[in-house]
Amino acid sequence: MATAEASPSGNMKTLQVKRYKPSENPKKTYLTEEKGLWSWLTTVDHKKIGLMYLGSVTFFFLLGGALALLLRTELLTPAKTFIEADTYNQFFTLHGAIMVFFVLVPSIPAALGNFILPMQLGAKDVAFPKLNLTSFYIYVIGAVFTFIALANNGLDTGWTFYTPYSTDSTSSVIWVTLGVFILGFSSILTGTNFIATIHKMRAPGITWGKLPLNLWALYATSIIQILATPVLAITLLLLTMERVLGMGIFDASMGGDPILFQHFFWFYSHPAVYIMIVPGFGIISEVITTFSKKHIFGYWAIALSSLAIAFIGFLVWGHHMFTSGQSGVATTIFSFLTFLVGIPTGIKILNWVATLYKGSIEMKTPMIYVFIFLFLFSIGGFTGIMLGSLAADIHLHDTYYVVAHFHYVMMGGTLIALLAGIHYWWPKMTGKMYNEFQAKIGAALIFIGFNMTFLPQFIMGSQGMPRRYYNYIDQFTIFHQTSTLGSYILGVGFLLIAWYLFRSLMSGEKAPSNPWGSRGLEWQATSPPDLHNFDHTPVVIHGPYDYHKPMEEFQLGLANSHNGHGHAEDIDVEKVSAH
Amino acid sequence: MANHSTTQTAHVQHHFVDGDQQFDTAKLGMWVFLVNEILFFGGLFMAYIVYRAWYPELFTEAALELNTFWGAVNTIVLIGSSLTVAMAIRSAQKNQTKGLKINLLITIGLAIVFMVIKGFEYSHKFHLGIFPGQFYSYEGLQHAQAPIFFSIYYMMTGIHALHVIIGIGLMMWIYVRARRGEFGSDYYTPVEMTGLYWHLVDLIWIFLFPLLYLIE
Ligand code: HEM
Ligand SMILES: [Cu+2]
Repeated sequence: MATAEASPSGNMKTLQVKRYKPSENPKKTYLTEEKGLWSWLTTVDHKKIGLMYLGSVTFFFLLGGALALLLRTELLTPAKTFIEADTYNQFFTLHGAIMVFFVLVPSIPAALGNFILPMQLGAKDVAFPKLNLTSFYIYVIGAVFTFIALANNGLDTGWTFYTPYSTDSTSSVIWVTLGVFILGFSSILTGTNFIATIHKMRAPGITWGKLPLNLWALYATSIIQILATPVLAITLLLLTMERVLGMGIFDASMGGDPILFQHFFWFYSHPAVYIMIVPGFGIISEVITTFSKKHIFGYWAIALSSLAIAFIGFLVWGHHMFTSGQSGVATTIFSFLTFLVGIPTGIKILNWVATLYKGSIEMKTPMIYVFIFLFLFSIGGFTGIMLGSLAADIHLHDTYYVVAHFHYVMMGGTLIALLAGIHYWWPKMTGKMYNEFQAKIGAALIFIGFNMTFLPQFIMGSQGMPRRYYNYIDQFTIFHQTSTLGSYILGVGFLLIAWYLFRSLMSGEKAPSNPWGSRGLEWQATSPPDLHNFDHTPVVIHGPYDYHKPMEEFQLGLANSHNGHGHAEDIDVEKVSAH
Repeated sequence: MANHSTTQTAHVQHHFVDGDQQFDTAKLGMWVFLVNEILFFGGLFMAYIVYRAWYPELFTEAALELNTFWGAVNTIVLIGSSLTVAMAIRSAQKNQTKGLKINLLITIGLAIVFMVIKGFEYSHKFHLGIFPGQFYSYEGLQHAQAPIFFSIYYMMTGIHALHVIIGIGLMMWIYVRARRGEFGSDYYTPVEMTGLYWHLVDLIWIFLFPLLYLIE
């Protein structure tokens, strides 16, 4: 037993701490303690809710992915290949809407974030567990609305719902806008929950300076969710009313302004791209330190750049509207601010690369995904900066260049980070190991398939191939066919991943509590964790990346604290030492 | 479940250390939610600003169609209800269940008065043919963009009214729980959260009233 000494000044307490080594053979876990379908559907356990989100997100990803493969197949030949033009419009709209709203926005925060956030804080659950379950069901209701639209005429406006077409289209715009409206509340409630949890539920010793970077990222994301999502909600409500009542606010013939819709939409949707990518940044920070066995380079730079991105991200929406006819002054300012947002992003990339320097790098699957991320996301980011320069964008706007850009950031960034996170935390979440060799093959297929799909799109875009077109002129055939072939390789890669992950659930090796030797608090729980995450109140005296400190000092908890948790403010950690 | 805390009561959920932590957390969460509400209305205020800047004369003329007297009465009604809800919280903190119940009932009553007045205002407008958007058929105000003003008016006041209705529901629920004696000085979190929400509803109306009714 050790004593954590408190400073004589102030009203700090002296805490009795003890080493709690996680058991390698947990008798009861969150998976065994409550069983059956009903226990899942009614659970308020953040871990199960996280997994339910993961399941739903995977389902939608497969759906959106299948649509993507159909779209690519249609583009094998310059004229009609196998579907009608109208069907094509519907497919790209649904693909985009599903991937953005149902997959990427909830993917990392609601699925992995829900599971990991309370564990990294040493808390038993998020601040509002019932609200957490509610937000899951709100997500489900939003999904139901979208399926109703699918069954009735679908949707052909593009995921951006631009007026005036979205007010005239005969497809079921209202069902989808209401679906996304509802979905937004799920996102808002998750953000609210996370902010309250990070502020108020930290275990003793977790000061802001010892907060894992994953949580800084989720914190910044939550702020964006709170500030941006309600604007999307009101925008979609106005669009719905425009269709129902002919309100005129977006209708030029009544004195309204369709461009106002674009402003409203991008005021949400540009920050939303950061809702998608910033949690991915969090995962990268965790994985890169674990597999470099080294302290993160520039902790505060990475932590604060997340907040900087959250802030600047609100000021750049106009870069989606350079060709819309907005004023020249506005355009110039938006272009300048867009360059600015590249700075905090660049700071992160450089700090991650610096973390690798002199690390003992272990090329496990999650780390391979980190390298893929660094490579692809950098391309995505740089092409974003190119699109942000006015003269270039006038030429490139609404071409495949933009399509390639956002796939490099959204898929090459967010989705790859999600894959890194899934492979990293899989042993913790399921208690099983996956087949490392197959996982590496999977990562290779993804990397090759991805670049084959999207690199040619940069070239055809710069040569003038417009986006959202059903037909194309012969000169683009070779690019389109390469792209389609690449997408099939991608598809095979994802199927392989799904297959070995499923197999690991059935017959995977049992996972140790800390297979990667990480210093993160979540790894000091058993694999899979107890229903209340820890059987004691964890006490934290070192930062989550202090790889130079011995493992024992990361396994402390309040002595005799069977599940009763303490406050973050209770001790002055700077002055605490474990004997 | 073992819980090492001094102020442990039946109201403390298992994942909190004590009542204070639970209360602080709920309050923070509520404030964050209110920020989100403000941005939700923010979109409407933005639309208001844009169209008022474009069509200033429309806003001056159209505002004359709104009944300033009843708008003012409603403002007073809502401010009054903010006071009574604050008194309800105070009563809960001081263990005065009776005061809590009475103040809640008055607040609910005032909220209903607000809705009734709003209902009369709406039905009067419908009677004249002042509908939002393309259904607008009023002869008295000949301005090409008149439907836009009333679209904004109905959206803003309509969504605000929806918040009032939700507030009435919340306060009824708090009232039922107060009757069961659930609140007192050791636990009044839901009362205070509902109060915070109600103040926001009031505050938004305080902006809506001059912006819509009092344009010169
Ligand atoms: C360095 C950071 C970034 C910069 C400077 C940047 C810049 C831009 C610009 C200027 C456009 C507009 C192109 C056009 O329509 O003509 C654009 C489009 C887009 N970007 Fe980025 N971007 C960045 C990062 C991201 C990230 C991280 C994501 C998502 C995770 C993202 C997602 C998108 C999407 C979805 C579009 C297309 C929207 C549409 O029209 O459907 N971007 N980006
Ligand atoms: Cu953008």
